[in-house]
Amino acid sequence: MADNNIVLEAVNISKHFPGVLANDQVNFDLRKGEIHAMLGENGAGKTTLMNVLYGLYLPDAGEIRVDGKVAAIHSPKDSITLGIGMVHQHFMLIPVFTVAENVMLGEETVRNGMLDRKTVVARVKDLSHKYGLDVDPTALVGQLPVGLQQRVEIVKTLYRDAQILILDEPTAVLTPQEADDLFRIMRELTKRGVSIIFITHKLKEVLAVADRITVMRAGKVVGTVKPTETDERQLASMMVGREVILTVDKGPAKPGEEILKVEGLRVRDARGLETVRGVSFSVHAGEMLGVAGVQGNGQTELVEALTGLRPVAGGKMYFTGKDMTGKPPRPITETGMAHIPEDRQRYGLVMPYVVADNMVLNTYYRTPFAQLGILQPKAIDANARKLIEEFDVRTPSPYVSTSKLSGGNQQKVIVARELSHPVKLVIANQPTRGLDVGSIEYIHKEIVIMRDRGVAVLVVSAELDEIMALSDRIAVMYRGEIVATVDAKKVTREQLGLWMAGAHPEQ
Amino acid sequence: MQSTNGKGLSQFLNQLLNSLVVPLLAILTAVILGGLIIKVVGGDPIAAYKGLVQGAFGTPKALSETAVWATPYIFAGLAVAVAFKGGLFNIGAEGQLAFGAVTAALIGYALPGWLHTTLPAYIHIPLAVGLGVLAGAIWAAIPGALKAYTGGHEVINTIMMNYIALNITSFLLNGPMRDPDPLNLSARTPEIAASARIPPIFPNPLLRVHWGFVLALVVAVIIWWLLWKTTLGFEIRTVGANPDAAKYAGIDVKRTIVITMALSGALAGLAGAIEVTALNYRHELGFSVGYGFDAIAIALLGKTNPFGVILAAILFGAMRNGGTRMQFLTQIPVDIISVIQALILLFVAADPIIRFIYRIRIREERVVLTRGWGG
Amino acid sequence: MDWRRFAIIALVIVIMFGTVVLVGISQNSPLVIITSMLATTIAVATPLTLGALSGLYCERSGVVNIGIEGMMLGAAFFGWLASIYMNTVFHRAPMASLIVGVLVAILTGSLFALLHAALSITFKVDQIIGGTVINILATGITGFLNRQMFFGAGSVFRGQVPHSPGVLPRIHIPLLADIPIVGRIFEQQPITLAALALVVITHFVIFYTRWGLRTRAVGEHPRAADTVGINVTFMRYANVLIGGCMAGLGGAYLTLESISSFEPLMTNGRGFIALAAMIFGNWTPFGAWAAALVFGAAQALQINLQFYRELIPPNLAFLQNSYVVGLAPYILTMLILTGLIGRTIPPAADGKPYEK
Repeated sequence: MADNNIVLEAVNISKHFPGVLANDQVNFDLRKGEIHAMLGENGAGKTTLMNVLYGLYLPDAGEIRVDGKVAAIHSPKDSITLGIGMVHQHFMLIPVFTVAENVMLGEETVRNGMLDRKTVVARVKDLSHKYGLDVDPTALVGQLPVGLQQRVEIVKTLYRDAQILILDEPTAVLTPQEADDLFRIMRELTKRGVSIIFITHKLKEVLAVADRITVMRAGKVVGTVKPTETDERQLASMMVGREVILTVDKGPAKPGEEILKVEGLRVRDARGLETVRGVSFSVHAGEMLGVAGVQGNGQTELVEALTGLRPVAGGKMYFTGKDMTGKPPRPITETGMAHIPEDRQRYGLVMPYVVADNMVLNTYYRTPFAQLGILQPKAIDANARKLIEEFDVRTPSPYVSTSKLSGGNQQKVIVARELSHPVKLVIANQPTRGLDVGSIEYIHKEIVIMRDRGVAVLVVSAELDEIMALSDRIAVMYRGEIVATVDAKKVTREQLGLWMAGAHPEQ
Repeated sequence: MQSTNGKGLSQFLNQLLNSLVVPLLAILTAVILGGLIIKVVGGDPIAAYKGLVQGAFGTPKALSETAVWATPYIFAGLAVAVAFKGGLFNIGAEGQLAFGAVTAALIGYALPGWLHTTLPAYIHIPLAVGLGVLAGAIWAAIPGALKAYTGGHEVINTIMMNYIALNITSFLLNGPMRDPDPLNLSARTPEIAASARIPPIFPNPLLRVHWGFVLALVVAVIIWWLLWKTTLGFEIRTVGANPDAAKYAGIDVKRTIVITMALSGALAGLAGAIEVTALNYRHELGFSVGYGFDAIAIALLGKTNPFGVILAAILFGAMRNGGTRMQFLTQIPVDIISVIQALILLFVAADPIIRFIYRIRIREERVVLTRGWGG
Repeated sequence: MDWRRFAIIALVIVIMFGTVVLVGISQNSPLVIITSMLATTIAVATPLTLGALSGLYCERSGVVNIGIEGMMLGAAFFGWLASIYMNTVFHRAPMASLIVGVLVAILTGSLFALLHAALSITFKVDQIIGGTVINILATGITGFLNRQMFFGAGSVFRGQVPHSPGVLPRIHIPLLADIPIVGRIFEQQPITLAALALVVITHFVIFYTRWGLRTRAVGEHPRAADTVGINVTFMRYANVLIGGCMAGLGGAYLTLESISSFEPLMTNGRGFIALAAMIFGNWTPFGAWAAALVFGAAQALQINLQFYRELIPPNLAFLQNSYVVGLAPYILTMLILTGLIGRTIPPAADGKPYEK
């Protein structure tokens, strides 16, 4: 029964995966022409619900209604036919194809048995211009900047006449200005009758752009509110189920001697392009320097170069006064650097190994964990038990495979390992990505403790709120260069956003 | 998954049982299928298998022969298993074995002549075997270095090294190293000196089992200790499990790859060297064809664990040994053994098939090696 | 195909052809020698080309296939067996028997491919292990049946290899084959010609058709393809089966076109060399074909040097030894894989099973 112009409805949807009930009798509706935000922390079940609506997963129970009628959605083909389009958090684009090829994939125009690229190119040009999403149809997607890649994703859905658009964490990879651009496009689309669901965990955004907000927590819908009726604090507590303190409690910094000095550093990425182009900064003991910037501006390569995981193409790096430019990871670690890596499952842990082994991953060769090349199980065991207790790592035993731990506890294993010996510098790269609020709070607390003990801390994060909450000083990276270094207390979000986008705010 | 620390005995036994179920069922299924094939081509499966078991275990001589067959299988199986643990696929055991054999044979028959003196056994044997091991190690280190420093995938490179080894040994055994005895018609070396021979365990000439078999068991234990109790073993396993994390851990990934391959080749070379010094007392072209692929099957059947490898090697040795008796008694070509072994490997590799047939739900560690062709 | 790679290929071919010309020049004119080399090269490159195409279809859709060797071996045996059965047991004409043989060979290749597809795609077995299993299985089955059918006392043909229907005849391409001397190049057997045609067809399919676009999508980013409604499993199965047919045709060449008998392990590494050709050709049909030609030239070199062995000057006596010259294709493969001759980029999802 079409009522209130409801175009899409999830009725009692349940979906479970081995060990977890991702969606627990979820009810949700979308009205025509509205922007409806799905809010929740990582793991709340938002993406699962969207994947069910889009046909990537089949629900265990419940039904989906489109325009009031029950819809049988067994695969993306069905949802596309019903006019539903989805832009995923991690783009579903093929880097080696052109924009046009990506757009037409699955819905190819064919003439005489051959792909009709010309027609598609023309139509893409047309569409993208109509909605203000200009992209070059013949460009290779892999060479486009992230903001443009997202536009290609949106054009893909419009090419298939989508009337319902699902956007999954669209602003994760955008500067604040690009995010505003996106919101403008979203309003443009709703004016033309497109209805939009947009998933996020960012409170400021939903209040800025949504018509209605639905909050999910642990697989259930907690409630649906209008932005005019609520505020950040209430939304946060709905997301987490308790009162959440949104700022980090920290005293003033007491900076000491210079621990890390970087001069004119140049680094190339895997393709040979220079992505760090002459970066200089320094970090002192007892202070926290935050590196802000949208992902993809060289931060990854910068951290890899500082930690010895990537060769240095030019410039210098001095750690505790010693020239450690281009040295491999081991001597750098031994001099007192701790590295909490960006991709914990790839760099920070060996997933099949038991927790105890991961806790000595980069120290296994030293006493007391090894003598004369022979591992000492007793010492490794004692170390593991001590760290598990000290850092409250939730695991049934030190000999459980690390892959069985939750994301937050996996990160705790890394943090415990890195912070458990005397260190002079901690480099934390996206330390709370993908974690639940409880783990985020814990890790922030630990980092601040380190800094108060006199350790120098370098935090790299794409979450502007995190940088602003934690840092004493902030450096902004844009296209491989540091475009600004400022005192965290004296800078505004808008200024940082402009720098992150390569613009120059008036001082 | 074993850790560096020991666990409770019951947990250990539990794990052991779990790991045995699928391989045992795989063997059973392959045997049944093999029986069907025998039936289809007109043979009697029961008689065939009876002959097989009789030939493998029925008499002291049979047992001794099984041990003889199992010895190179243990070494070669360990070689492939060690490479697997390091994330590498060593299909080159064949060539590394051949080089080990050729080198051991050369030292065995030619060294006394070069030095114009007879050598005591306690020098000659270790020299022959040791240099054979070294030859195998070098032959494997080459594709290892190519993989580490140029990214060239070791699957194709080790296979190419096999064919190169085949050509080189054919050349040597038909040419400069050929047995000059006028009665000799094959491509083989002269016999090695008595001082280079590893003696059999029993004085009975029918029981050919030699001390090489004991060495194989000892080496398996050493490899187990190396992989799980030493820092080198930790490095090898970490590079195999996650090369990125290994780099982060400060491990020199490239060097470890070369060391792993060299170790693997050393074990394969040892297989060849022992065959020459303890069994055949010479090297003949074509004696080792098929060891390379058998070794892969044995390593996988043994779940890349040294003790599993011992059991799998004994099984394969028993099958090869028993096969000749089976053929003698029932006229069924001994090649059916290859088919059964291939089926065992199939079912072990595709354990989901076994689990599906027998409705088992044990989740186990899966060996994953393919990371594409690099780049 | 970038210029550096092209230049290396040209250089290697010139060296190989040049060697034979220099050796045989006293007996035949350079033109005759080069023509003979070229004709042989094209012919012996056939199984390599087909093997490379097989690998190409599989890998472009994301499935690594190192079982090409086994597929070819199995196809060679069963195709040959079928042709003999048709000729000797069912008393059909040789030509018809050979054609049936080719069809059976293709079928065999596709059956092995089906197994590989099931192992890799449905059971998500490690693809290199799966390919190795195929190789071992093929070796075992062909060895066993070869002995059982022809050499045992209880064998079907009573211990004698029956008269085979021969090999497929050369096809005389009108006009081109009539050119004096050089015309020899254009007189090739059907499978060789089919291989050349398939190179062109594959290029067209992969880069200009919907099938090719979807195949490549599935090999680069299967999840992206899934989200636009493409059936990843179907595309992978289909492409692996096509690959199996290619490998089957390659096997047919060995026993139905090149020589008319079967030897255990007769593929001799061709399946792996074909993979190297595919990698070197950067997963493109023409690139793979060019690399296959280089390997074919190395084999032609070996054959021709044996033919001219008397004429080899004493200081180059090592060239007389077929074992030494026979090393060429293998060493060449290894050099190519070092990437000294340029980097190659495989399909991004090559070798990774797709999990929803």
